[in-house]
Amino acid sequence: MFVTDVIFWVLALTAVVAALGVVLVRDLFRSVLLLAVVFLCIGGFFVLMSAEFLAVVQILIYVGAISILFVFAIMLTRNVRQGNSPNRLQIPAIFLSTFVLAALVVVAFGTEWNKIPPEQKSVIDLVQINSVTALTKEDLKDADQSLMEANGMPLGLADLLIGKFVLPFEAVSLLLLATLIGGLALARRQEGG
Amino acid sequence: MSLESMLIVSAALFSIGLYGTLARSNVIAVLMSLEIMFNAINLALVAMAKFVAPQNLQISLSNALTGHVFVIFIITVAAAEIALGLGIILAMYRNNESVDLTQADILQH
Repeated sequence: MFVTDVIFWVLALTAVVAALGVVLVRDLFRSVLLLAVVFLCIGGFFVLMSAEFLAVVQILIYVGAISILFVFAIMLTRNVRQGNSPNRLQIPAIFLSTFVLAALVVVAFGTEWNKIPPEQKSVIDLVQINSVTALTKEDLKDADQSLMEANGMPLGLADLLIGKFVLPFEAVSLLLLATLIGGLALARRQEGG
Repeated sequence: MSLESMLIVSAALFSIGLYGTLARSNVIAVLMSLEIMFNAINLALVAMAKFVAPQNLQISLSNALTGHVFVIFIITVAAAEIALGLGIILAMYRNNESVDLTQADILQH
């Protein structure tokens, strides 16, 4: 466990310092690059927490697409030099975010979390690691058999997306269509303008 | 690595993003801070999926994946939001030659 702890602390430190850089560095272009570092660190956390598929999605979408979109937006607007200047809400914003941080920390340590019992830990890890591959009976033969008898084979992410969560899934497809049309309408040049 | 330490990192990222969202005057910087907040939430969701016992595990083992499904939805919505947000920023820049939030007081042409 020593190695995962070291990786965790390195990632945590990098993520927080890079996030501070994003909001404090004056040069917008540098802050986009730091934002990509934050995204990569989050991907690393996903790998640490046995969510490999999400880590790949994170790197493809955030590091690959959203960072590039930000770079384009910065290059296309001319006042890059003017940079990342603060507005008048500086002091209240510091107070509010410190308050939110304190509240979240108090809640994180004050709540009695219903942690996963040790005998279920291995099977849940197995289900999460294999979220996009088909598990076989063979993979689960060491798992807690009382769990297995009750419900049979676990479903993967894809089965959940078009099974239990099909309604939000369809809503998201509608959202993407709306975004597409909205993006086209925004990008279109006004007639005569 | 424990649930609490993960939540602390997530809380730190969230409040940094909150500060950036409130205190920056450049719209692009505000959107970047929003992205940091989204990522903090995703981190907390995955940590919950990993460390907190899922409900009704006896009924379906795939309840252990609910947090992951939520993260996928959040990533999709965030990507849509950023694509549209940057389109709005470019339209705003075309109209008044500035992306400064403190000077943007109209949304129309």
